[in-house]
Amino acid sequence: MAGRMAGRKRVEIEHIEGRGCVIRGDDIDTDRIIPARFMKVVTFDDMGLHLFEDARKAAKGKHPLDDESFAGAEILVVGRNFGCGSSREHAPQALMRFGFLAFVGESFAEIFAGNCTSLGLVCVALDEAEIEELRGSIELDPSQNIAIDVAAQTVTSRAGVMQGSIPDGTRGQLLEGRWDATAVLLEAGEAIERRADQLSYVRGY
Amino acid sequence: MSDQPKNLFDKVWEAHRVRELPGGQTQLFIGTHLVHEVTSPQAFAMLRELGLPVRFPKRTFATVDHIIPTDSQVRPFGDPLAEQMLSELERNCREGEITLFDPASGHQGIVHVIGPELGLTLPGSTIACGDSHTATHGAFGAIAIGIGTSQVRDVLASQCLALARPKVRRIEVSGALQPGVYAKDVILAIIRKLGVNGGVGYAYEYAGEAVEAMDMEERLTLCNMSIEGGARCGYVNPDEKTIDYLRGRKFVPTGEAFERAASEWRGVASDRGAEYDDVVTLDAIKIEPTITWGIHPGHNIGVGERIPTPAGASDEERAGVEEALEYMDLDPGAPIAGTPVDVAFIGSCTNGRISDLREAARVAKTGKVRDGVRAIVVPGSQAVARQAEEEGLDAVFRAAGFEWREPGCSMCLAMNPDKLIGREICASSSNRNFKGRQGSPTGRTLLMSPAMVAAAALAGRVVDVREVI
Repeated sequence: MAGRMAGRKRVEIEHIEGRGCVIRGDDIDTDRIIPARFMKVVTFDDMGLHLFEDARKAAKGKHPLDDESFAGAEILVVGRNFGCGSSREHAPQALMRFGFLAFVGESFAEIFAGNCTSLGLVCVALDEAEIEELRGSIELDPSQNIAIDVAAQTVTSRAGVMQGSIPDGTRGQLLEGRWDATAVLLEAGEAIERRADQLSYVRGY
Repeated sequence: MSDQPKNLFDKVWEAHRVRELPGGQTQLFIGTHLVHEVTSPQAFAMLRELGLPVRFPKRTFATVDHIIPTDSQVRPFGDPLAEQMLSELERNCREGEITLFDPASGHQGIVHVIGPELGLTLPGSTIACGDSHTATHGAFGAIAIGIGTSQVRDVLASQCLALARPKVRRIEVSGALQPGVYAKDVILAIIRKLGVNGGVGYAYEYAGEAVEAMDMEERLTLCNMSIEGGARCGYVNPDEKTIDYLRGRKFVPTGEAFERAASEWRGVASDRGAEYDDVVTLDAIKIEPTITWGIHPGHNIGVGERIPTPAGASDEERAGVEEALEYMDLDPGAPIAGTPVDVAFIGSCTNGRISDLREAARVAKTGKVRDGVRAIVVPGSQAVARQAEEEGLDAVFRAAGFEWREPGCSMCLAMNPDKLIGREICASSSNRNFKGRQGSPTGRTLLMSPAMVAAAALAGRVVDVREVI
């Protein structure tokens, strides 16, 4: 995780391996991942402490994140439209600081997925049936190793090798270590100012 | 120059393309960067760590909205965390030479309310902000997208974003809306039809007679909730209403320069015969005043309908319907009208503009807030507040028993002291009914138009606003 937390460094992300954790449910929004009241801070340092806080309280110890058998998991398996709602990067920050490096789900909200990429976190989409199979397999044997191959877009577990998908642009960013975009964008140099000068609302009408 | 007809999205994307990046992404120039206190402090800190300056400080504008209290905005704020966030923004703006519209400026307000108001939101421009409701600005024919904090850093450093080009879906709303039916109802109906993730990978172009008939503020409401439908941005083609709205605004050129600008703005609209990746149509006359009953904005029905039952839901939706019914504790199969409410909230970047307050005040004039209902009106900006006070709307609301507050995001996401308590049910003109969204982990939200919220405040329960006005 240090590589990802450090940021800026060009770290190529090709494989993620670790144990899995399952959070069931579709359309899990970023307010649920990190309630807004915990965003009243000027750093991301403590985000991991409040991950799914209200959902965990409501579940009274029965939330997957409080399940000992999932402790230390690095890959989170989710449902459809995970991370919808607010653009808050606090959500993937909280997940990352809790220890997750990758997400496998039926689909991801767009801003959430983009925020994950900016942090070097991997989102892999699988179809519904395979997600269900993977969930079942992890719940049956949480100690098993789950492996994600970014280039091949596969998720390997005791349930077998599943062909998933990672959007082309994102895959390239991860594999080539361009996921931290600032340096890449700055490489355009003066071309940025040249573009700005062609826009009358920027230059002045 | 090609003569091939193009849609607005293509034109604006082309005009802002800096270069193609490996892997199919585009480096896109961001003409206007809007900043607020919640998603920016970490971005400024990262910039500092990298030793980089703000690349285009004159194209970056900041305000304070999410954490600002609405009872008293006297400094220091009662909440030391809120005070720290504004102090940090002030420092970052000072060091970065960025214009900050704070309460003392007279231009403070919700970032998506002040952008258009000040004339910062222009047709044919690109706008980014660390806030998912940035889509709002698309109402003027801009590509406006919400970003996370690392991308805020990217824009501060380079005035650019690395983006994959989305597909474009045209959504045509034909015919005319019934009286008492607003843009809020239209966007909820669109989300109901296409789903909360139906727009993933798309930009939405809103069009058709009902959209053309909307004023600029209604178009802002429409585009605002694009993200609730999964679309990162939505837009309306600029027309004469757009141009009339912009004339005389603070950051809009005057005289001949205005005419030159207006001519460019007209040219940016989608060409006749432009192609789209998808086209969807809706019939305006069929749209009723609409209310959410569940835990995401797609869980919505017309005011005349009944709360869904798990048995009536599709296999794909059943688990979500069950979860929502359990959380909301509403009776499946019962009419939504008549649902009791404890709190009424009028405001937010969705519905906190002057036309929203006028419509709500029309309703407020007809009665008094029901005993036991807590009703608050939070104008979207200082300019909206001034205008409302000039028109006497504040007096109308106060006389009816509503509290009249200072501008901010307030109870839309409850990062300030305005929160639901316990299991309260709130009739809310905001945009999200997620679990815990309005500040109580067990609080409940019913989204609806501001006029419907006002009607619910008076009745103490959900009613059809068409029976009131």
